[in-house]
Amino acid sequence: MSSDPLKPNPGREQSAAQARRGIPHALQALQAIVLREVIKFSQQTGRLLSALVRPLLWLAVFAAGLHDVFGNTVVPPYDTAVPYDVYVAPGLIGMVLLFNGMQSSLAMVYDREMGLMRLLLTAPLPRAWLLFAKLCATALLSVLQALAFIAIAALIGTSLPVLSLAGLHALFAMICSALMLGALGLLLSVHIKQLENFAGTMNFVIFPMYFMSTALYPLWKLQSSGANWVYELARCNPFTYAVEWMRFALYGKDPGLAPWVVIGSLLVFFGLACWGYDPQRGFGGLTKRGGGSS
Amino acid sequence: MLRTTGLTKRYGSRAALQSLTLDLQAGQFVALLGPNGAGKSTLFQVLTGLFAADEGEVEVAGHSLARSASAALRHIGVVFQQIALDLDLSIRQNMLFHADLHGLPRAVALDRIQQGCSRLGIDDDLDRKVRELSGGNRRKVELVRANLHRPSVLLMDEATVGLDPKSRLDLLAALHADVRERGVCVLWATHWVEEAVGADRVLVLHQGALLADGTPDDVTRVLGEDTLEAGFIARTR
Repeated sequence: MSSDPLKPNPGREQSAAQARRGIPHALQALQAIVLREVIKFSQQTGRLLSALVRPLLWLAVFAAGLHDVFGNTVVPPYDTAVPYDVYVAPGLIGMVLLFNGMQSSLAMVYDREMGLMRLLLTAPLPRAWLLFAKLCATALLSVLQALAFIAIAALIGTSLPVLSLAGLHALFAMICSALMLGALGLLLSVHIKQLENFAGTMNFVIFPMYFMSTALYPLWKLQSSGANWVYELARCNPFTYAVEWMRFALYGKDPGLAPWVVIGSLLVFFGLACWGYDPQRGFGGLTKRGGGSS
Repeated sequence: MLRTTGLTKRYGSRAALQSLTLDLQAGQFVALLGPNGAGKSTLFQVLTGLFAADEGEVEVAGHSLARSASAALRHIGVVFQQIALDLDLSIRQNMLFHADLHGLPRAVALDRIQQGCSRLGIDDDLDRKVRELSGGNRRKVELVRANLHRPSVLLMDEATVGLDPKSRLDLLAALHADVRERGVCVLWATHWVEEAVGADRVLVLHQGALLADGTPDDVTRVLGEDTLEAGFIARTR
């Protein structure tokens, strides 16, 4: 039965000729990974509902309670005093992106526990590309959910100026922010050993990131209330810059450093995630427990 | 077809693989026999590039796994010990996902899915969700999937765990047919000695090192007992 491994094998050669190579192959894999996530998401109506109910509750209930909290104060980037629901809406878009980005880490851990991650990582493509494809899938789902939130928010009376040139800038900001938060989720998935640890992610990542940011209040409010350490942490929080970029973009104002911080954080988080998924380090907890029973 | 040279992998101070050197040929059904904890799964993780070896080299169809991972992985099909299917997708969706990861044109993929599933008697279930399938049928799906891109080397890691005797025999028969018809090299990891008896070659792995390598008869002689099973038990306890 043995044969010379160097001797051409007709079946093998035929197969090699039939498979795509290079960029067409990479794009086909990207499409497959994104499509898989979209199919799975479309089967989980509860996930979409919970992704929308959370920010809508904040908008309809919390923002109603604080409707005139800014009084006559003009808060940048707005040119006039705005009700709280208008101020908080970009923060709630950020909340949608943040939760979905973190949920992607949960999905990665689930895939790892179910063995699906092995299938993905043994595909004949660079590992960074496969992780990038996962990141694109996460970002697409995040942006779709955020757009659904914007539409429903408009229906309940909080319209954002999305149908304009500034809206396109805001969409770009949203995509970059979704990628940045997805990359953070990817990075966290390297370190989350079990699905059960997701509660820790909620308590130690999602809530601090959300509350120590400009999603709910402007930075100067934190400073003027004397909460200097919260102010300093919020200033270092990349989520702050994601929210501010979207907020300033929506109203056609210069977002300053925000795009650079978001894109820089995206590159750092993604780079660290690729490093964490490097074969030399295995992937996540599998390295330490040996990855199998034998 | 599959060559390893001085492969060593450690987890902390424990060596899971100790300087393992192998040379597997095309058209061979090779049984990798080892007790639990022998290093079989670790070897598979290293052969598929999931983990890098601490020392040593892996070469698949002439491509170094370290230097040209994508080229090497193109020649590998793998069925892991733990079933790795997306339970929420249908058989067809699972297979198309794999085909896309390997760059197969859609028409070729659909044709191979139909052929492979028909051969293993699961073609009527192509649009059923994997969640609804029995363990045996899930394994068959994995076998068809692992073969979709027509790999030169098929790695099967304790693929019969949890299967009933008939499903186990069906699976083995399908693999032997692949070896005969396509000249594929199968590395079949198991701790069931009876699965190794019909192999062209048997490797006995114990504590990460190769204890014996040869035909089932040769290995039985090397292990120094009357039967392969007796020798395996005696030397790996």
